[in-house]
Amino acid sequence: MGLTGLFLIVFLIVHVGVNSCIFVNDGGETFNKAAHFMSHNWILRIMEIGLFAGLLLHIIQGLILWRQNASARPVKYSVNAANANSKWYSRSMGLLGTLLLFFLVIHVSKFFIDTKIALYADGGAHDASHNLYNAMKEEFQTWWVVVIYVLGVISLFWHLLHGFQSAFQTIGINHKRYTPIIKAIGIGYTIIVCLLFALMPISFYLGWID
Amino acid sequence: MEHYNMNLTLKVWKQKNSKAGGSFETYQVKNISSEMSFLEMFDVLNEQLITEGKDPIAFDHDCREGICGACSMYIDGRAHGPWTKNTVCQLHMRAFKDGDTIVVEPWRAAAFPVIKDLMVDRGAFDRIMQAGGFISVNTGNAVDANALPIDKKNADTAFDAASCIGCGACVAACKNSSAMLFVSAKVSQLALLPQGQPERESRVLNMVAQMDKEGFGNCTNTYACEAECPKGISVSNIARMNREYLKAGLTTEQ
Repeated sequence: MGLTGLFLIVFLIVHVGVNSCIFVNDGGETFNKAAHFMSHNWILRIMEIGLFAGLLLHIIQGLILWRQNASARPVKYSVNAANANSKWYSRSMGLLGTLLLFFLVIHVSKFFIDTKIALYADGGAHDASHNLYNAMKEEFQTWWVVVIYVLGVISLFWHLLHGFQSAFQTIGINHKRYTPIIKAIGIGYTIIVCLLFALMPISFYLGWID
Repeated sequence: MEHYNMNLTLKVWKQKNSKAGGSFETYQVKNISSEMSFLEMFDVLNEQLITEGKDPIAFDHDCREGICGACSMYIDGRAHGPWTKNTVCQLHMRAFKDGDTIVVEPWRAAAFPVIKDLMVDRGAFDRIMQAGGFISVNTGNAVDANALPIDKKNADTAFDAASCIGCGACVAACKNSSAMLFVSAKVSQLALLPQGQPERESRVLNMVAQMDKEGFGNCTNTYACEAECPKGISVSNIARMNREYLKAGLTTEQ
């Protein structure tokens, strides 16, 4: 769980980095170049398979944990003051992860599959005309798509807020000096990544970039 | 602190044995002194029940000075009640007000079956200890106390881990009923000292295997265990056990 989580955390840095090219506000020129590189470079294409394998493993590990932990307490407490000893989001990783999975299904079907169709259908005939930037711009004109994306990012925020520092504890890193630093970096990472992701649909919708 | 008396309503879990289903019974207690301990309040209630010819409430207790870890009560949704770093015998009635309703349940975990009412079978902890919570000692004359040099820092950290009393509050408070804090305290205590080195690898592998076999849940790092531990055992022990487990798993052929 920790290792696959860290792997996905690294992926998010790449993802948010490439997507932030839209903030250059040059009609998508920089972004489309970056997106083109990401979808055509063969090393990245192989890494993409690794990414899906990592995500799948993370989901499977989560499901195993959920199943085992559900059977570890057959009779529940009738009164449980859980907030007195732990944070709600640390106890809700399964729920937040499920919300994220729903979001990912929508997200992948909106952008990823279209890009792949352009790449492979009809021998790549539509590849040159495929404009991911315009596709994004178009999608984010609909208010409820923006709402779904912002809700997805909010789930990601709480998931990362616990997940980042938790991953280090799982792989055995807990140090008097370094753990507070890891926790601070985790909070910073979570805020920056989620803020940038949330700004993307909002900026398109409000016309801050075009 | 001012002394006062109080009348309380208690909702206590009653269960005949591990097979039977349980339910809450409501009891009234009167004139409870704020200076009583929670267990003394239960003594008053039980005497009242015996006088009335009713079945008294079964609960574990032994030292009544906060060091044995026998008293396993989940009070108002918290392991050992509302005070932190505390056992039930050291929870005083001044934590409550006149007219309060207090809900008392046993530890709830598949690995801790209820024996009767508030008593649970914590034999799973004993079996985990038997799987690896020991050291090899040669027979012969007793070794001189200071024959083995031990780094002061390691001695202190091992001592902190060794202050675990095996009460099971970590399991009770954990949303997954995980025993990681208990097992990691025992693993750490011995891994940090020279006497624990011969079985260092097999210990962590065997104890974790036994922990899983007993049906405890997995650790998801909510740290509820540390917050509810009467001895304040740190979750850094869990990280240490994860390290030990990883190292042992990669380097031994077991």
